[in-house]
Amino acid sequence: MEKKQVLVACGAGIATSTVVNGAIEEMVKDNNLKVDLVQIKIAEIGGYVDTADLLVTTAMTKKDYPFPVINAQSFLTGIGTENTKQQILEELKK
Amino acid sequence: MSEIFFNESVILLDLEGTLKEDVLTTMARNLVDRNLVKESFIQAVIEREGEFPTGLPTAGVSVAIPHTDVEHVNKKTISIGVLKQAVDFGVMGDDSETTPVKLVFMLAMDEAHSQLSLLQTLMQIFQNEDTLKYLISERDKTKIKCLLEEKLDFIALKGDE
Repeated sequence: MEKKQVLVACGAGIATSTVVNGAIEEMVKDNNLKVDLVQIKIAEIGGYVDTADLLVTTAMTKKDYPFPVINAQSFLTGIGTENTKQQILEELKK
Repeated sequence: MSEIFFNESVILLDLEGTLKEDVLTTMARNLVDRNLVKESFIQAVIEREGEFPTGLPTAGVSVAIPHTDVEHVNKKTISIGVLKQAVDFGVMGDDSETTPVKLVFMLAMDEAHSQLSLLQTLMQIFQNEDTLKYLISERDKTKIKCLLEEKLDFIALKGDE
């Protein structure tokens, strides 16, 4: 399987994306996946449109991207975490 | 990694305000007065909240975690604001919804991509209804400080008074 580039983004790139990044790192390890995780500010996404395979974000994004976008608010609130993890795994295993 | 500043002086009880901007200004001004953040932090945190809202509907009590770029920060700190009356904040990741926030955790972080364990523990606090209810009802700042120090378990968390 090709190594996927996963963008983890939030508004400032310092707080919530760190939490989401940590959660995905754990998932990647548990599932023996090879993923290139990149933690960024949402404003920096433009630089990755050609390389990214998936965007996981806590900040809303209205733009359309050539890759799927998953909302990761559940990693912060604990509500619906399993569902979000499932969505991410599905994308990573494609 | 530098230490996090946290003590009673950054815990604000009975905060009043009708708009989120009032609450953000009061909390940020307090951090400026203590030289923990630069003057520019106030405007920056308000703008960032407008662009990327941080309200989180959680178990029982809605919280918000306003923060902004590292360049506005002198010393990293977590400031806590307990609101007298809930104030509407935008919901994180959803520009059409607001949530009545009673607890504000203003984060002033001075390094990007750091503080994972601290932030993860903070999110665990948001998932604990009992802790949140305690935080909005306790009147003693020292007790709040002790509880959070214990929960967040920062080895490095020493208020340099």
